[in-house]
Amino acid sequence: MRQTQRIEPVYTGDVSGAASALFELGGMVVLHDPSGCNSTYNTFDETRWYDQDSLVFLSGLKESDALMGNDRRLVDDVVAAARDLAPRFVALVASPIPYLVGSDLDALAATIGRECGVPCFALPTNGMHDYVRGAGAAFAEVARRFVDDARPQPRHLNILGATPLDLMADGALGSIRAWVEGAGWQVTSCWAMGDTLDGLGRAAQGSVNLVVSATGMAAAKVLRERFGTPWVAGTPVPGFADGLARALDAAERTGECSAPCGSRRADAPAATAVVVGEPVAMGSVAVALAGRLGRPFRLVCPLEADNALLGAGDVLARGEEEVARELEGADLIVADPLWKLVAPPAARFLSVPHLAFSGRVYRGEAIDLAHLMEGGSL
Amino acid sequence: MLTQVMRPVPTDVGVRMADARLPRPFSQGLEFNAPVHGTWNIVHTGMLVPEAHQVYVCAENCVRGVVMTAAEMGELDRFSLVALDEKNLVAGDLERFTIDGVADVLAKLDELPPVVLLFLVCVHRFTGCDVAYVMRTLRGRFPGVDFVECWMDPIRQKEHLTPEQELRASMYDPLRPCPHQERVVDVLGSDFALDDTADLLGLARDAGCEVRQVQGCATYADYQHLAEAQLMVCTYPTARHGIEALAGRLGADLLYLPGSFSYDEIAHGIDALADGLEMAHPDCTDLRAAADDALDQAREALAGLPVAIDQNVHPRPLGLARLLLEHGFDVRWAFLDAVRPDETDDAAWLVEHAPDLMLYPMVQARMRTRPRGGEGDVLAIGQWAAWALDTPHFVDMVEGGGLWGFDGIRHLARLMVEAVATEKDTKALVQRKGLGCASCL
Repeated sequence: MRQTQRIEPVYTGDVSGAASALFELGGMVVLHDPSGCNSTYNTFDETRWYDQDSLVFLSGLKESDALMGNDRRLVDDVVAAARDLAPRFVALVASPIPYLVGSDLDALAATIGRECGVPCFALPTNGMHDYVRGAGAAFAEVARRFVDDARPQPRHLNILGATPLDLMADGALGSIRAWVEGAGWQVTSCWAMGDTLDGLGRAAQGSVNLVVSATGMAAAKVLRERFGTPWVAGTPVPGFADGLARALDAAERTGECSAPCGSRRADAPAATAVVVGEPVAMGSVAVALAGRLGRPFRLVCPLEADNALLGAGDVLARGEEEVARELEGADLIVADPLWKLVAPPAARFLSVPHLAFSGRVYRGEAIDLAHLMEGGSL
Repeated sequence: MLTQVMRPVPTDVGVRMADARLPRPFSQGLEFNAPVHGTWNIVHTGMLVPEAHQVYVCAENCVRGVVMTAAEMGELDRFSLVALDEKNLVAGDLERFTIDGVADVLAKLDELPPVVLLFLVCVHRFTGCDVAYVMRTLRGRFPGVDFVECWMDPIRQKEHLTPEQELRASMYDPLRPCPHQERVVDVLGSDFALDDTADLLGLARDAGCEVRQVQGCATYADYQHLAEAQLMVCTYPTARHGIEALAGRLGADLLYLPGSFSYDEIAHGIDALADGLEMAHPDCTDLRAAADDALDQAREALAGLPVAIDQNVHPRPLGLARLLLEHGFDVRWAFLDAVRPDETDDAAWLVEHAPDLMLYPMVQARMRTRPRGGEGDVLAIGQWAAWALDTPHFVDMVEGGGLWGFDGIRHLARLMVEAVATEKDTKALVQRKGLGCASCL
């Protein structure tokens, strides 16, 4: 049964994904939920919670309010907190019960925004999807609301889709930025680590958008639509980075979008070497490994990712059962170590921990993909 | 150091004890969750049932927290889930989906567990799911498995029982009525086994009793033997509802003897147990004096160091504050969201005798931006207080820690002395879930 997981966890959910995307932007994120969403998020999915201050709160939805449609309490509580804490914006992020009872979060956001004078918006989450969708929706909303029109600057780019959920290793984002600058580009904005809402607001000055995880795709599409900015999807893994650099150059030159992370050999659909995970990072790893080992790789993506990020032979597989089926016959697997629980025992398994899957369990073994090939393990 | 990305909060959050509106000193509103996770959740507590397999039927975002709890405990092989999506909410077949999902999980296990804790959630309530039908059907399909109806429905926790209270009732549902055995006493309710030196256990042993606790049950068969007790003692407030129901169902005698810091309440509890065991009331004079001595030694070790207490460390934080103040400690801060009914007398005492004691909330939104630390050297009793005051000197304990009675006070005093003498890695320790449970961190 597709929706059962005998032993595997689920990926970080859409609610946590949205909170993670907005964490550093100076807004207030309200998880409209009775309890647990905030604890789940800040315990397992948010590595910045202890040391960095961000206004992510829980509404504490009560049964009687949900049953009786008393949304006034939410409005009053959010308005009071917004007046007190002066956030740059307010984002409402809904969980299953508001979805089930049909709470009109868009109307509530409009009411809150009117009453407190702070931009307020609702994100289309309901707790039943993964972080790619939640973070993607959050980034897209920022792209729609807060990016000002500007003239693109040559050799300037934006990094889209950067959250600890995909960049858990210390220094991982720094490695990407260093590589970007080494390739002759300047970073206009980084969505959304180490940057500000004002910084993101200047994103139209970028001539290309570098999508480093699937969470950045929705914003990339909005920015493409609003400003015509082309996007390129990939992360600079050794053995793949040169191709990514060429793709960025081409995008600026031609204005065309591309997903080099999905470049596969013609024989990839029959590949017995499989990478599992987020399609931009692990797709980039697949390209690099295919070149290094001289054999085809394919990607199994257990996330709600954009098909544009996939290559020949790649599949979207939802849940433990489908992933396990895709791994049958594999002799080389590169994935988060928890996927080993359903992998063929005889297959060689190379671990690449992913915060959005195994949380803190393997955090001490996190890998900066910019150094993936070092040490000879691959 | 905390990296501040917002403007500072303009006013402080705390309130003097004398000025506090009790029992709820703080306004409710948006809720904050601190990076302090030592208290147990329902997964930790459910794992106390030996050989139990937990199954959650739940939306993805909600189940992430519980499945990762199991992962960090290294217990994923005792945990499965069935992920709900939108179709399941609107299709009107949540009963069938739940049954099929659980059956599918069980079919995929190498062998059937003797007991399944089936956790249903808020949406089962809101869609009017026929839970009785679900449970009946599963029991019929898997007659060798005890299915326990459990709930993760926090939407009800402010107006009904909390999931923690519900689980502390349902986890004993599989105990089957059986003949009582004389001189067998169950001590139940706390996540932590009572300290072996606790006054209660010593008294029961002196009476020739065998004391059983769920933490001492290695197998599901052992667990079933809990039903044989003639006397059940509940030591934890959150479990009172559940243990009362259990004792009533099995026809056992019941004593509710929660942990306390009041010498008189402890002595009354000891007397009540003595009555239950048909013993003479023991003389507690020496026990009281020993507790006094331990507190005196701790006070000398602290040498005037101010003390903070949080609500997670024990169900009676104000009782603890009172005990320490009565013994000359400088208790300055208490972190709590509300005063429990069984602390009303202690609260009144503090209003009169410690009007400047500062109360701070634990979930109010402003606590997110309240600067941590800056109070100088502090001894924190509890992880939350240690985090809030940013001190490496703290008693690393939650939920009473299995302490009880005069012995518990002596033990706590020793922990305070140790905490003063030794620095702890606060950031590393308080972020681990489920203090005392296995953890990969």
